[in-house]
Amino acid sequence: MSQQTKKGHFPWKHIIGFLISIALTLVAFATALWTDWSSSTIFIIILIFAVIQAALQLVMFMHMTEGEDGGLISGNTLFGFFIAVVIIVGTYWLMTSGHMHMGM
Amino acid sequence: MDLKWNEFIITGDPLILGAQISILLGSIAVVAALTYFKKWTWLWKEWLTSVDHKKLGIMYILSALLMLFRGGIDGLMIRTQLAKPGMEFLDPQHYNEVFSTHGVIMILFMAMPFLIGLINYVVPLQIGARDVAFPYLNNLSFWTFFVGMALFNISFIIGGSPDAGWTAYTPLATNEFSPGPGQNYYLLAIQIAGIGTLMTGINFFVTILKMRTKGMTLMKMSMFTWTTLITMLIIIFAFPVLTVALALQTFDRLFGSVIFTLQGDGNPMLWVNLFWVWGHPEVYIVILPAFGIFSEIISTFARKQLFAYKAMVVSIVTISVLSFLVWVHHFFTMGNSAEANSFFSITTMAISIPTGVKIFNWLFTMYRGRITFTTPMLWALAFIPNFVIGGVTGVMLAMAAADYQYHNTYFLVSHFHYVLISGTVFACFAGLIYWYPKMFGHKLNEKIGKWAFWIFIIGFNVCFFPQYFLGLDGMPRRISTYTEADGWTGLNFISTIGAFMMGLAFLIFVVNIVYSWRFSPREKTGDAWGLGRNLEWATSSSIPPHYNFAVLPEVTGLDPYWDMKEKGLDQQKNVDYKPIHMPNNAATPIIMSVIMGAAAFGLVFHWYWIGIIGGIGIFITMIARSFDYNDGYYVSVEEIKETEAKANK
Repeated sequence: MSQQTKKGHFPWKHIIGFLISIALTLVAFATALWTDWSSSTIFIIILIFAVIQAALQLVMFMHMTEGEDGGLISGNTLFGFFIAVVIIVGTYWLMTSGHMHMGM
Repeated sequence: MDLKWNEFIITGDPLILGAQISILLGSIAVVAALTYFKKWTWLWKEWLTSVDHKKLGIMYILSALLMLFRGGIDGLMIRTQLAKPGMEFLDPQHYNEVFSTHGVIMILFMAMPFLIGLINYVVPLQIGARDVAFPYLNNLSFWTFFVGMALFNISFIIGGSPDAGWTAYTPLATNEFSPGPGQNYYLLAIQIAGIGTLMTGINFFVTILKMRTKGMTLMKMSMFTWTTLITMLIIIFAFPVLTVALALQTFDRLFGSVIFTLQGDGNPMLWVNLFWVWGHPEVYIVILPAFGIFSEIISTFARKQLFAYKAMVVSIVTISVLSFLVWVHHFFTMGNSAEANSFFSITTMAISIPTGVKIFNWLFTMYRGRITFTTPMLWALAFIPNFVIGGVTGVMLAMAAADYQYHNTYFLVSHFHYVLISGTVFACFAGLIYWYPKMFGHKLNEKIGKWAFWIFIIGFNVCFFPQYFLGLDGMPRRISTYTEADGWTGLNFISTIGAFMMGLAFLIFVVNIVYSWRFSPREKTGDAWGLGRNLEWATSSSIPPHYNFAVLPEVTGLDPYWDMKEKGLDQQKNVDYKPIHMPNNAATPIIMSVIMGAAAFGLVFHWYWIGIIGGIGIFITMIARSFDYNDGYYVSVEEIKETEAKANK
């Protein structure tokens, strides 16, 4: 992909990324506006689309995976994401389960 | 906060009065000596504002040794108080303060800076670099650490020390149960030092990834460099959690928020959780570099390449992931669900697998090696069995159901002293002795060093081994006294004897430093032990010139310097030198850090105007820094030639 753009070919990657981003935004918008699902369901759906779109932008537009450090940057980002999920989900799990939760 | 002067300066305790007088006299002596010998400019130019990683490393190690002394005195005071039932050496309040500062100082102001000091000195040399990626930041890291350390240490003479344990569990640490400035000192001092550690993490992570010399791929790095890389990765992801947790508790204490309090919607257990989300990775932050140091020493003195290098790398990477998945084992008894306890029990046991792999790798490295029993090697050899004892009892503690029995007893105290002392402290001694000729141009005396070693490890086992049994007999940690009827007298007394043996060994170690400075023969080559394998030994002189390498070495495989020696190459000789670009000294870091310390000191006593002025001061130094167009300087070819000629005499 990156070689194609360097040679002056048509920037397919950017176009595709742009179209998918618009599609994701529209779907999220439609979910919020035209469905009668509960607000938490809508919230989760929008959140999922947001995460996908953020990843898409990092890869398609911000060239995260390219260059000599591409693998390193992607690996670190994924590791950071993993740690963040572990800390948040783990904390939430611990603070809402077990008998420490009773009576609070 | 309305304070009277006699509350501001701690009075009425003969021990503290003695400390106050000796600190005062000591400070006057240092200032007088510096003035008399006209050393102020020298101190400022050569050390305080230096961005040289080697000098910063030495300053880190000196601070750490000082803190080892302070924390060690705390430890001896604890053991004296517990030597006999009903001792009246320390009152309960003073005892609480002493064990709290003992923990904080030993972990955060002794172990961390000692290891970071060794990393600072050695890692840039091992990767064949001339300095770290961000030399300015390196100096700032040191000063934020130093100011944090100083702030924490003045607490016991001004205002009172923190007394809620090194873990500072809420609700005990909230304003309701810990009034007074002590806990504020804890929060603000660690906050400032933590900023420095985070910057060190980023700095060395980038340094190792971007500044390796030609030919050194990731899988050709020395094991110490590898463990440093992974340690820095853990720092980058763990320390922000500490920063946030400390900030939240600071809000609770200074601004009346209700995050961890019992009032309002506060949840004290959230602090415990967040503390250990950082706290467990922290354990691996202080043990992984130690593993690296032992790997270097064992492979050097067994004269063999490290056994199963790849398995070593895989296991430290595995440890870095698992270290974030085990934090709940510090509070199994807090009332978590059975599912949560089981999950974290299993992850905890899993982390012993990569650690076990490493133990076998060290053993196989020594198998059929021609071992030289130097002092650093003795420390490394003693590490293996002692660390295994600590590790095995760790797996016992990992079983959540059994932990209900061991929790908060001396069994636990003994376990973590076994892993932290035989892991980290042995490594600090071993690493310092091993790289001492690199830092100061002469070795430490081997004979005195061996005396210190034997007294220390015997004392260490005499001190902590009985504590396993005290724990199983039900002695809880953090009690200031006990009665004859408890039946803990004999083992406690033995334990105290061991503690004083370790104190004696430390004194011998210090005597050794002075003795060797006067009498040890000066090294003539860069390879002081004659067995060096990595690039830190490839420098032209015993103490590397300030630019480290006149010509950056080229690497083709593992153990590059060993390789060069076998091929008879000296890459530093007979080459065309080119001017070397080096960074300039920096004065803003020390100024900024001192302002930070002053601002934090104001906040400790709720003097907000000092905090506000300090905050403005910090921003002014930041702005000053951002207009600083200092691009460094070039070392001329003539100067390099001159230095190298002197080195190769």
